[in-house]
Amino acid sequence: MAARAVAIIAALAVAGLILGPVAAVLARAGDMPVPGPADWQALRFTLTQAILSAGASVALAVPTARALARRRFPGRGLLITLLGAPFILPTIVAVLGLLAVFGNKGLLNLALGGLGVPPMSIYGLHGVVLAHVFFNLPLATRMILQGWLAIPSERLRLAASLGLSPVQVFRALELPMLQRITPQAFVVIFVICLSSFAVALTLGGGPRSTTLELAIYQSLRFDFDIARAAMLALVQLAIALTAGSVALWLGRAPGFGVGLDRDLPRWEDGALTRVLLDTLWIVAATLFLLTPLAMVVWNGIGAVLTLPAQVWQAALHSLGVALASTLLCMIWATALANRMGEWLALAGIALSPLVLGIGLFLLVRPFANPFDLALVVTALINALVSLPFAVRILRPESEAIRTDHIRLAQALGLSPGVWVTRVFLPRLRRPLGFAAGLTAALSMGDLGVIALFADPDHATLPLQIYRLMGAYRMDQAAGAAVLLLGLSLGLFWLFDRGGRADAAT
Amino acid sequence: MLQLDHVQSDSDGFRLSADLTLPDTGRIAVIGPSGAGKSTLLDLIAGFRAPSAGRIRLNGQDITSLPPARRPVSILFQDNNLFPHLSVGSNLMLALRPRGGRTRPEDHSRIENALHAVGLDQMGNRRPATLSGGQQSRAALARVLIQARPVLLLDEPFSALGPALRAEMLGVVQDVSGKIGGLTIMVTHDPHGARKFADQTVLVADGVAHTPQDTESLFTDPPPALRAYLG
Repeated sequence: MAARAVAIIAALAVAGLILGPVAAVLARAGDMPVPGPADWQALRFTLTQAILSAGASVALAVPTARALARRRFPGRGLLITLLGAPFILPTIVAVLGLLAVFGNKGLLNLALGGLGVPPMSIYGLHGVVLAHVFFNLPLATRMILQGWLAIPSERLRLAASLGLSPVQVFRALELPMLQRITPQAFVVIFVICLSSFAVALTLGGGPRSTTLELAIYQSLRFDFDIARAAMLALVQLAIALTAGSVALWLGRAPGFGVGLDRDLPRWEDGALTRVLLDTLWIVAATLFLLTPLAMVVWNGIGAVLTLPAQVWQAALHSLGVALASTLLCMIWATALANRMGEWLALAGIALSPLVLGIGLFLLVRPFANPFDLALVVTALINALVSLPFAVRILRPESEAIRTDHIRLAQALGLSPGVWVTRVFLPRLRRPLGFAAGLTAALSMGDLGVIALFADPDHATLPLQIYRLMGAYRMDQAAGAAVLLLGLSLGLFWLFDRGGRADAAT
Repeated sequence: MLQLDHVQSDSDGFRLSADLTLPDTGRIAVIGPSGAGKSTLLDLIAGFRAPSAGRIRLNGQDITSLPPARRPVSILFQDNNLFPHLSVGSNLMLALRPRGGRTRPEDHSRIENALHAVGLDQMGNRRPATLSGGQQSRAALARVLIQARPVLLLDEPFSALGPALRAEMLGVVQDVSGKIGGLTIMVTHDPHGARKFADQTVLVADGVAHTPQDTESLFTDPPPALRAYLG
């Protein structure tokens, strides 16, 4: 009974935090302007970059996943684990890394310049797509790899005993799997890219490469045109909900890194050309993913200790925001680790953080200066954004604990308090640690709502890095990026480790 | 006296009827084919399942609508009798103080006594996973000894153990149930165990829990349903 009451209170809080801001946006519908040419352009750009990003990610992921599924080599497990890392990688860190490789003074242009080719600019549509592929290629690879490894080995054995050629195996077994998985992967990535803000903020910009989210930010931040921001938020809401529903309809969102290492028995693929081709793909994908990160660390590691006080101040803010949103998200997720919670949390993710931010801005404004509440609002929205992942991680274990132990608890007559503190939470510790690590890292690296609200006194570390980039203090930005990377990964490691340590099964 | 008064339980088209009376001390076996409703019978007595008709009384008190913890009943399940992340001692402490609160010095001596009674001296700090199957069963029996409820139910708790160990455990159960001094009801698959353990036996077959009969005479002259089961 008590657990039910807690779940209902938590659900109402989440629903209120989703619906309240949306209602606040809708309430402004009366004085919204009709979308102008710039707004249509933003909508077009949003859709174009999302389609290109999703398409490129999936197209490149298919051969990468195929190579990873077929080859065994030292470090393969580590590489597959690393494919999960972009999820907790702060966007701004990745952008700095991509700039170091593909930027005007990056490695690529240095090399091209040596050959006498004129430098390429990373800013604009292709830069945005490049960054999105960097983030989503690993996700798509993991989804498709899972599909590959899920092909029953009996089928492969049958194919081998029939003596099917590689082409025939592809048509009989692999193509049907790809036809099922790739549309799912495409739509999931499409939805993610629709509400891309930090990438567009740093690599897009300009009237020709502005996403809706970026336009929302600009109209509020530069023009203080709340009516236009609300109108854009409404458009964003409509396309996000549509795309989100399609994603749900096509299948469940991707899971997390378990069970990717089952051995796939093979009776083919000895041909040298295929081995070479697979090796090439794996090496190229690894270089593409790791070089930017290595460059960030290389450029920034020396500057960490000489960072100015504002950066450390911002780091403290970020730590506070991350810890607060982690605590809040874990309380919510533990209470909502059920079917209802999963739907509710998904509704939260379909909405863009900026839309929620605008809504909260409108709600808070009559009572307080929204800019003073920047960090609070950021922590709140970060908790909400991580909730779907946290719920998905906690739910299976939470339900298993009930199935396995509720009868004993009832037979003993454990009080709800004793059940939660002595049995439920200790048993849930491992997934709770993992979920808390993800939430903390996501919140630590978030550059979204904070950009909307913050004044110089309330910056988080990612925002501070963005400002340093804007001021062309690239050395300091790189140093701060190393700090941010360390803090994000460190928080993840600490929480995840805390959940595992001494956790008896 | 445990009375099942025209009790019926329905679920998914399966019906178990029980109209019988059991003494308030002694050991009773429940035997019958798989799926006949043996566990259902125990669930009804323990309160994990509500009857669709009839009343359950213990010494005249109607316990039909009491939740499991408020019934004067303790139960050993087939598995999950101990919380795996807690030491044996902590498991016993939870049985002693299920609503939390401060532990008293005498709690510890009660736990030590219970461990001693089942032959697990000095094992209080061990986690269940570090114990052998037999030791885990003993720890679970220490748990019901601590609960000391007038009715002790055992739902095939030793079916995973080998024959020798199972016989040994039946000895420990006899010990424990003698110490508690109430009624012990044990579901079993094993005719030898039933004959050795129980004075009386309830046969559950074809959706009916029959009136308890003298174990020896039941097995020497089994009714058709039991004969079919024994093969």
